[in-house]
Amino acid sequence: MLPTSLSSASTMIKAILIFNNHGKPRLSKFYEHYNEDTEQQIIRETFHLVSKRDENVCNFLEGGMLIGGSDYKLIYRHYATLYFVFCVDSSESELGILDLIQVFVETLDKCFENVCELDLIFHVDKVHNILAEMVMGGMVLETNMNEIIMQVDAQNKMEKSEAGIAGAPARAVSAVKNMNLPEMPRNINIGDISIKVPNLPSFK
Amino acid sequence: MSAISYTDPFPASLHNTGRPVRPQLHLPGLGKQQQTLHTLGTRVDERQSRGSVGTHLLLCRRPAGHKRYKSQANMALKIVKGSIDRMFDKNLQDLVRGIRNHKEEEAKYISTCIDEIKQELKQDNIAVKANAVCKLTYLQMLGYDVSWAAFNIVEVMSSSKFTYKRIGYLAASQCFHESTDVIMLTTNQIRKDLSSPNQYDTGVALTGLSCFVTPDLARDLANDIMTLYPESLRPAFPRLKEKLEDPDPGVQSAAVNVICELARRNPKNYLSLAPLFFKLMTSSTNNWVLIKIIKLFGALTPLEPRLGKKLIEPLTNLIHSVDFVVLGMPNHSASIQLCVQKLRILIEDSDQNCEPSVNACMKYLGLLAMSKILKTHPKSVQSHKDLILQCLDDKDESIRLRALDLLYGMVSKKNLMEIVKKLMLHVDKAEGTTYRDELLTKIIDICTRATTSTSPTSNGPSHNLVHQYPGGADPVRGHTARPSHRLSDAGRGHPGQSHPRICCRPDGHSLLDNAHTLLTGNVQRKGICEVLYAAAWICGNSQKAMLRPKVATLPGHIQAVYVQNAAKLFATVLKSGEGSADSTAAQEMMIERLPLFASCILQLVKYIQKLQQKDVEIAEEVIALFAGELNPVAPKAQKKVPVPEGLDLDAWINEPPSESESEDEQPRAIFSKEEPKYSRPRHTEVDEKELAKRREVRKQEQASNPFYIKSSPSSQKVYQEGPGVEHIPVVQIDLTVPLKYVKLEEERRQKDRADKKKKEKKKRKEKRGGGRGKKHDSGPESEEDITPAHMVDIVTEEMPENALPSDDDDKDPNDPHKALDIDLDNLVQKAVIRPLADSEKLPVRSHRAADVLKSPTEDVEAERTVVSQEPKKKSSKEKKEKKKDKDRKKSKEEKKKKKHKHEDKGEDLLGGQEDELVVQSEETSEVAAPPTSTTAECPLTPSDAGGEESVQNGTVEEEEEEEEPLPPMSNYCLLAENSYIKMMLEDADQVNDIQGNLQDGSQVVVSVIFENKCESFLKSMEFNVLDSLNSKLQRPEGSGAHDGLTVPFQLPPGQVSNEARFVFTMQSIVMPQKLKGTLTFIVKNEDSSTHEKLEFKLHFTCTSYLITTPCYSDAFAKLLESGDLKCSSRIDSCASMYSRSIQGHHVCLLVKTVSEPKNLYPLQILIFITYYCVFLLNLILSLPQSEQTVSIDAKCDEPTLLGNVLDEIKQTFSQC
Repeated sequence: MLPTSLSSASTMIKAILIFNNHGKPRLSKFYEHYNEDTEQQIIRETFHLVSKRDENVCNFLEGGMLIGGSDYKLIYRHYATLYFVFCVDSSESELGILDLIQVFVETLDKCFENVCELDLIFHVDKVHNILAEMVMGGMVLETNMNEIIMQVDAQNKMEKSEAGIAGAPARAVSAVKNMNLPEMPRNINIGDISIKVPNLPSFK
Repeated sequence: MSAISYTDPFPASLHNTGRPVRPQLHLPGLGKQQQTLHTLGTRVDERQSRGSVGTHLLLCRRPAGHKRYKSQANMALKIVKGSIDRMFDKNLQDLVRGIRNHKEEEAKYISTCIDEIKQELKQDNIAVKANAVCKLTYLQMLGYDVSWAAFNIVEVMSSSKFTYKRIGYLAASQCFHESTDVIMLTTNQIRKDLSSPNQYDTGVALTGLSCFVTPDLARDLANDIMTLYPESLRPAFPRLKEKLEDPDPGVQSAAVNVICELARRNPKNYLSLAPLFFKLMTSSTNNWVLIKIIKLFGALTPLEPRLGKKLIEPLTNLIHSVDFVVLGMPNHSASIQLCVQKLRILIEDSDQNCEPSVNACMKYLGLLAMSKILKTHPKSVQSHKDLILQCLDDKDESIRLRALDLLYGMVSKKNLMEIVKKLMLHVDKAEGTTYRDELLTKIIDICTRATTSTSPTSNGPSHNLVHQYPGGADPVRGHTARPSHRLSDAGRGHPGQSHPRICCRPDGHSLLDNAHTLLTGNVQRKGICEVLYAAAWICGNSQKAMLRPKVATLPGHIQAVYVQNAAKLFATVLKSGEGSADSTAAQEMMIERLPLFASCILQLVKYIQKLQQKDVEIAEEVIALFAGELNPVAPKAQKKVPVPEGLDLDAWINEPPSESESEDEQPRAIFSKEEPKYSRPRHTEVDEKELAKRREVRKQEQASNPFYIKSSPSSQKVYQEGPGVEHIPVVQIDLTVPLKYVKLEEERRQKDRADKKKKEKKKRKEKRGGGRGKKHDSGPESEEDITPAHMVDIVTEEMPENALPSDDDDKDPNDPHKALDIDLDNLVQKAVIRPLADSEKLPVRSHRAADVLKSPTEDVEAERTVVSQEPKKKSSKEKKEKKKDKDRKKSKEEKKKKKHKHEDKGEDLLGGQEDELVVQSEETSEVAAPPTSTTAECPLTPSDAGGEESVQNGTVEEEEEEEEPLPPMSNYCLLAENSYIKMMLEDADQVNDIQGNLQDGSQVVVSVIFENKCESFLKSMEFNVLDSLNSKLQRPEGSGAHDGLTVPFQLPPGQVSNEARFVFTMQSIVMPQKLKGTLTFIVKNEDSSTHEKLEFKLHFTCTSYLITTPCYSDAFAKLLESGDLKCSSRIDSCASMYSRSIQGHHVCLLVKTVSEPKNLYPLQILIFITYYCVFLLNLILSLPQSEQTVSIDAKCDEPTLLGNVLDEIKQTFSQC
């Protein structure tokens, strides 16, 4: 087939993947289109490659065949239960990307206040929004954490103002849903006042 | 709503109903809720059911049955509903939680969730939809296909609220791609968002667009993005340059980023920016920018050696201050030395204070940097061999691979043995399949190379290697396939009966013997067999082993190699002592064993035996069978063999078997019944009339067809407004453009020629250098013996004779950067290489020039009537018709009314009745046109001789030009001809008249005229074209891909002709293509009939796909808007043209003659949005001439198409 477009034009970062120690995807961002099955396969293969590596070895990996081939590298970092993997081409500086991952994680930490895997699990949309401030179409846009956070905050504010009062009940409900109900006391006793907590439906 | 609290999240009224609503909330779907409502006796339609709580509130206040409240209630409901029902939807968090709680039956749970989401997407409420889309985005990450919701995603994207818009765009960026059909619906929405006053809307739209942009979107939105970044991204080179000095570091770094990306493939265009970058490098503190700049310099320094010297100081400073420098070393030995030393420290010392992984990273980067340096300065790296060898022991596979790569590049004659020995040691302890595999491959590679230069040394390693294999089944498994091929290459490296075989012999023997142990052990693994294949090649000995009965269990191709080599060996034995016991034994064995393989070699051996019995000396002749070097064949060799002329590999050697005989017969039978219809006398006359009629019908069709772009007088109005754009004269593209060539400056041409020669010589030299293997070197300080290994490979691979010298196939067609790799020099050179004929001014045949630029005029086709009997008359008539066509076009544009009228007159005189209609329509269009348009927008200088011609063309002539009267040109070109029939195609410039069909961009129509040349009746004509991947002949439904198309008429004898049209479907029109076809027909005489066949070739050129499209000056200006086209400058003669391809690509051409000698415009290519397909190409093609330059500025949104169109233009120029 003849090339009808420049569809495979260059992107510097081909994909950004976050998955946990068991290979469960927590975020996947492909800057080039693959179908869902291929995406899953890429994630699996990447996990396979990355997870068998020691903690003390370097953070660069060549030879993943699914994305890009020889010109591409995996640059990854392992934080607690999560792997952050960037698949980049040779135009990208290895240390630069490592630094970018660090900025990304620090930004997440600021935005979620002590980020943990659960935050990424439940708020993958927010993670995407933060990432969008840093990388666009495979190119690094911004590496200054303060600038990123400022923009993310500004957008969150806008979202809140749009929801207005109408958004309040939804937020409240979601706050309730997010409460860890089983840990709530059945009875609350303050002095001689005893409040019986009604049986709440499980939202889990 | 304030009633919501932790203990009681629901409004009191909800409890008042006493309904057990809450327990249902977590249930999927709305079925239960609806039930609840029905039990209350409230009729709520499905869409409102979600507002159940609201309904309850209202119900409490009114008595049931009061209808007048109902509509009010509904109104209120809708308002309240929006916020409340969201509480009960499962949001993303609920979905995630649900999935986590259903670990065992996740798929089932998700499928119910998807059903729910489908319901939610049916709602009117955008909030509900957005929530559903948000969940879909999550599911997409888990691998579920959500493309079915594409339309809903578009809906959410177009929400006015940022919250939802963002959700929509995120979903789109995750799952939209080029073949998503709704993507075109987003164009306007994205445009709106891009121009939104809210910067975040714009940001979100851009982020999304960057992920799912398609060529179409890019074309449509390019302007919007340009206006979005008037400051930083305007696709004008000077502007970009300015931005490098922007005070805002963000803008600065963006500009650096863009230029670096642009410069990756063709850095020399950016050399002029070096001083600027230099300044930036010394002043910038931003690491990102620094890294990018250093990388850029890495690409620039080879082009400009002085730059290297200048860079030393700042770079040294950097190296000293920073602990690392990331690659792209400028070309200077002093700084290189320093770098390598720094790198050594990096690799060697691990900082105790750092994490081990950080040290590992440094080590890796150090090695990576070294391998970059190695390519240019091998000597500096060589001295650190010890260190690199150490790294082979590293526990990190990435580092080991890097070190291996480095060692591989360091191999030279001197250290070959040492390195290979070291590597061999590592093979045993190598861990990890990838690494081991790589290690083996590298060793074999080195040895293969070595065989060609230093053969004796190479036997050692290959000896050892072979031992690696039979050592046991285990190590072989898994990674044999790749090495085995290399091994066989290595084997073939010592061909035939030459010396190294002796060394290999024992190994091969043992291997082949071992093969039987392997085989007997029931291990017939593919991999092992492959090894045997290789080994058999290497040793080609030990017939015994090779001819064992067990061998028959091996795969066929290995058996073949076995037999082949057995024969080879037999020949050697024969030579060593004919008639000796050895050879007779061998012979007997051959005869005994060979029947097993059913090979012709058996006959050979038997024959030898016979001859030997007659005491004929045969050994020499037998050995001659295997004489000649067997070199490894280059992988591209086959591709490079030019296909000999006249050979069509796709053509059938024998006629393809027809599907069934009866089918073949049937249509013929039907056809003969119809025969009377086509009686001769009626035929011609009816045709003429009918064609006229048809033409009229078509015109009406076209008029009513909204897609048909025609010259409508009404649209001309746009033309006059916009005072700022008059300087852009817009001329219809099919107007003839006489380009004048003044003779070239002799010296200049000679110089060019000399340059070219020099280059060729150089090339040859390089090749020869490569041929000798080691002479060629780039490093300034490298010695012969430490030539980087990369060079040697060229030698070993065999190329076929007369292989095409093209290097095209070196370029990976899938290379993502291909688009950036535009060789401007080549383009210009081509133009120069074929200089115009000197010593005289050749008038350009205006037809030609125009034809290249013009598109086939779709409405003209109707006028092409049956060819008349006298060829002369025909041609003049057609020429006249063509003129008229042009005129009509012109009149549409209302360029030269006066001239036009004059033309009309002439036409009236010449033209027959058929012209009447056309003329009338022209006149009406003129009347409708505003008179102001008469002012010529294009400067005109009517010339005297052949003035009519030039005037017609609506372009400028140079005064000094003398024009010859044009030779009468036929509009038809011959397609193919034999003694029976002639096939002709319209068009004067040998380009087939191909008519694009704008309604369906993939269809083109080819009109072919068939003319009977003999005195027989021609019937049953079948037109067939072999389809290519890209183009297909449209056949009626139900016919196979190879069936021919029946031509719907017959040709009675006597120069009778008729026209048939064939529709082709094209996948891509950006490349020219040739199709081969055949015409079969029956020649019927009174007494006999014969089958005849005629072959032809259809050539589809790119320019034929271009369609003249009226384009108004403001739109044109917009298209050209790039700040670089010098439309505004004083140009005494120019013409701009606009055309569209049938698939909607825009092509703009600005043809200029520059009368004063001035500096040629710098050749520039500006690529905008480099990583995607908006490809604005501003190419100034200047022909170097003494007085006058013809330059063509071209713009197109499809680079391939543009390239091909320009090629065709150039070709036309060179023909002139």
